[in-house]
Amino acid sequence: MQRRHFLQTTAAATVLPTLLGGLPISTYGFSPEFLELTGSATQTDRVLVLIQLIGGNDGLNTIIPLDQYTNLLRARPNVAIAQNRVLPLRAATGIHPAMAKVKNLFDNGQIGIVQNVGYPDATGSHFDSTDIWTSATDSNVLNSSGWGGRYLNNEYPGFPIGYPNAQAPHPLAITIGSVVSNVVQGPAVNMGMAINSTSSFLQLLTGGVDTAPNTPAGHELTFIRQVVRQTEVYVTAIQQAAARAQNLSPLYPTAGENPLADQLKIVAQLVAGGLQTRVYVCSLGGFDTHGAQVDGGDGNTTGEHAKLLGYLSGALDAFQDDLRRLRVQDRVVGMTFSEFGRRILSNSANGTDHGEAGPMIVFGTSVNPIIHGPNPTIPDEPTFFENLPMQIDFRAIYASILKDWFQVPQTLINTLLPSRVGQFPYVPVIRQGTVTGSTPAAELEVAEFSVFPNPAQDRATCTFECQGGHVQVVLRDVVGREVRRVVDRAMPRGQCQVPVDVSGLKAGLYYCHVREGQRVSARSLSVL
Amino acid sequence: MNRRTFLRKPAAPVATLFERPAASGDQPPGKGETVSKFANKDLPATPRSLAGLAPYTGPWGPVQAAHLLRRATFGPTRAEINTAASQSLTQVLDRLFTVPATPDPPVQGFPGDPLLPVGAPFVTGDYEGGWSARSSVRAWWLGLMLKDTTIVEKMTLFWHNHFVITFDLDGGTFDSRFAYRYCALLREQALGNFKQLAKDMTVEPGMLKYLNGSANTVDAPNENYGRELLELFTIGKGRTIGPGNYTTYTEADVQAAARVLTGWQHSEENINGFFTDSLHEPGVKRFSSAFGNRTIANQGDQEYKALIDLIFDRTETAAFIVRKLYRWFVYYVIDATTEANVIQPLAAQLRQNGYNVGPVVRTLLASEHFFDAINIGCMIKSPIDFVVGAVRQMSVTFPPESNTVELYTAWSMLVDGAEKMQQFIGNAPNVAGWPAYWQTPQYYEMWINAMTLPLRNQFTDRIINEYGYDTNFPATVKLRIETIDWVQSLPPATAADCNLLIAEFVRHLLPFPLTANQMTFLNDTLLPGLPDFEWTVEWQAFLADPDNMTKRSAVDSKLRAVVRQIMGLAEFHLS
Repeated sequence: MQRRHFLQTTAAATVLPTLLGGLPISTYGFSPEFLELTGSATQTDRVLVLIQLIGGNDGLNTIIPLDQYTNLLRARPNVAIAQNRVLPLRAATGIHPAMAKVKNLFDNGQIGIVQNVGYPDATGSHFDSTDIWTSATDSNVLNSSGWGGRYLNNEYPGFPIGYPNAQAPHPLAITIGSVVSNVVQGPAVNMGMAINSTSSFLQLLTGGVDTAPNTPAGHELTFIRQVVRQTEVYVTAIQQAAARAQNLSPLYPTAGENPLADQLKIVAQLVAGGLQTRVYVCSLGGFDTHGAQVDGGDGNTTGEHAKLLGYLSGALDAFQDDLRRLRVQDRVVGMTFSEFGRRILSNSANGTDHGEAGPMIVFGTSVNPIIHGPNPTIPDEPTFFENLPMQIDFRAIYASILKDWFQVPQTLINTLLPSRVGQFPYVPVIRQGTVTGSTPAAELEVAEFSVFPNPAQDRATCTFECQGGHVQVVLRDVVGREVRRVVDRAMPRGQCQVPVDVSGLKAGLYYCHVREGQRVSARSLSVL
Repeated sequence: MNRRTFLRKPAAPVATLFERPAASGDQPPGKGETVSKFANKDLPATPRSLAGLAPYTGPWGPVQAAHLLRRATFGPTRAEINTAASQSLTQVLDRLFTVPATPDPPVQGFPGDPLLPVGAPFVTGDYEGGWSARSSVRAWWLGLMLKDTTIVEKMTLFWHNHFVITFDLDGGTFDSRFAYRYCALLREQALGNFKQLAKDMTVEPGMLKYLNGSANTVDAPNENYGRELLELFTIGKGRTIGPGNYTTYTEADVQAAARVLTGWQHSEENINGFFTDSLHEPGVKRFSSAFGNRTIANQGDQEYKALIDLIFDRTETAAFIVRKLYRWFVYYVIDATTEANVIQPLAAQLRQNGYNVGPVVRTLLASEHFFDAINIGCMIKSPIDFVVGAVRQMSVTFPPESNTVELYTAWSMLVDGAEKMQQFIGNAPNVAGWPAYWQTPQYYEMWINAMTLPLRNQFTDRIINEYGYDTNFPATVKLRIETIDWVQSLPPATAADCNLLIAEFVRHLLPFPLTANQMTFLNDTLLPGLPDFEWTVEWQAFLADPDNMTKRSAVDSKLRAVVRQIMGLAEFHLS
């Protein structure tokens, strides 16, 4: 109560603006009193990248429930992707053909997909829903702080008083965009800074300011902009980080062609350059596809939505490639989120209206490369206002990432993500072997691991390249409960083929986990 | 009663704004900087206006009205600009130059002094009242700036910067009643007669105390006031052309002036300046060739008027004050063209009308020169203009007149804000006034450096923050821009259209248009990644259910983000 009161009365998010395009870029807080230090920040070099798909991404045209295709086509005949154009990820689940590069990443174990993510009591307002997703509070609770901001505030109490300092010399969070994301809004001040565009990033590195007209007003404007530039905190740190690393991937498109790729390119450079920033927020706008989501061409695979998914796909592909070349891939995971999915039924404008649940994409070498949760169910005769219900609360994903990626204790997670529904269930979006280990994620993969047939009835086969030693093969259900222990013994080096008995299991989605020493991998397995 | 104890500043400042954090870790760049390393090394050579004082007859609309009101008042409201734009320039000037009734004097605004409780008058009382009473004078003065819709307060501040006394710096007057008398005199003559003001100021008790006039006697002359009178207050110091010869006056003239002024002292008992003949030097005072070798014979308590008349007979006295007015209202660079087309004609007008300042300022503000586009937006706001302007422009609500402590606390929050930005009303850094108006070649750029710029940004950030800029001492007060109220005061079609809305914010808050890139950026701030029509949807959803806090908060936070961005722009520091 007392603390809450303090935070409210002293709150002052404060701009020390940076001059990029004559625009302020860095937001930096101010608070007139110290919060008592409660301990130093957790040692970690891990980075979380959030990609906000602004406008409400149409999940049903992104991750496609092939097992529901008949109903899907009936519900949205003018928008649905032609069945034969859908790229299969698994037998029952496909992906938009504009995301072939993401499918490839999925096949290579660098993409996880979480189905039907949302929150209870959904709202159709962009503003409200974005606030809910960024604050991670119950939809009926007003909270202007963001979940990332609360996490960082706990790690760096008292920020920004006394920052930067020797222990925390770098920005805590960076938004590539106009406004510092609400995700990193702390209880009192915003914990992040913003770099508003890629061109402004270049200007930041060179220290230049925009040219102003040769008038008295222009003269004074240039003077003030120079002082603004001088007073930006963290500029030197960013310049130094950028100077230490160059992007290495040839896969990035030409600057200006893919806005998301341009942003992720900066993130890769700064991470590789040693910036100790933990959270980056990027965004891609335009997903509010009420009309002309598809242009009718090529089985509805082209149009505005396809273009945006193509940006996402190409950006993730180049980013992962760059991180690998820069040898920092195991330090970075990311995820997409969008304020809501879209309506099951399409509208007559070849678009879709605001909906509810949708898929999230998690990416990185350290993610659990499976599809979490079953496909959404498309009703036979959906009404216009019918929406996909949420099955996994988005906060369960946040909680699991905080727990596995940043080692935040469960009790603290419960404080950071308060909810009337209580503690959120655990979703293993991070690959188990990477959770605590310092071993590179690439070396934590079980080699040559596959499960077939998939879907399976009665019996499947699990194959992998064994390193020699104790091996566990376990079948888990979607919420992580162990349902079968297939193998738990020492096995010789070389190719293994293990029969997996699935008889008697309820039809549905399961995960086959293989653990050998530090290596842990999982593959999804549909049981018929 | 030990009055000294009340001279001490309270342990807790009246409003705790911007308490500096203890030093820790890396310091921000430019720490401790007083003059920016980017400030002028030479006067800028940007083009100046060729226009002169012919009455402006060009287009008249919100742009011109806003330019005039920004310079003549502090941060005009949207309603004030619209009203002015709908009238003629003459009508607007008539109103700006109509002197309002003399305001009621301040009362004690702060609790804690049993001898001077809240609400108690003090300006004519026996008890000076110490820090809290002087803070009350400052707060009250700031409140007058907030309320004024004429040019009077901008001119009062001009005279404060010209005839400097300090309330409570070392060497200051340390008397709230003197401080009030002085303010009242500046305000009374704000548009009045410069020569009369110079006479009155010479025997004003605050000035007699501040510049040691009271210590200037026949036996122990003190030249302090006589020197500043010539050097800073009237004729100004010219080029040094010989030992002790500054063209416009000489060292001998300083001594002669000081002798004229002997015998005047201040009285704390009667709160006035008074003359004692026995302390007055009776001999004839001889002035140099700069003053036509004129002499002043003994005239006792009337003699100081003869000195002022002597000085004001010199043409340079008129030009000196006109240049200062020009730098206060237009720009600091006075090139030869401006000197010929603006300064000298205005100086001639001032002399011809017997030093009545109002008509001269009006001529300037009505001129082609003033409205030349090249003179729009080139002035860096002083801290007072910045803080008062920001809250006026966005119509921040202040506590009711009925609650003295809250109201004085709120006003003093602005006083403190400007103080941190290096303009403390009542305490100019020295007798020359704030260096932004005389320090060449930096001038206005003196206001902005690596220390003061973040403080400016923090101030606007706090009043636009949803939590507001608040204090709990001595009263609980919150100053906050009500963005939704402001937007609801716009035509509904403007409020509902994101681009019209942003254009309205920009037009209102900034002195000149932004680039297309900047406008796109602001659009992206209001509607990150969303199509324009979604603003209309969200805004209408709020209007349909205005008591729904979720919907209100949704639009409010977006509006606050946009206004914060605009107030964070370099352009926002310009007027």
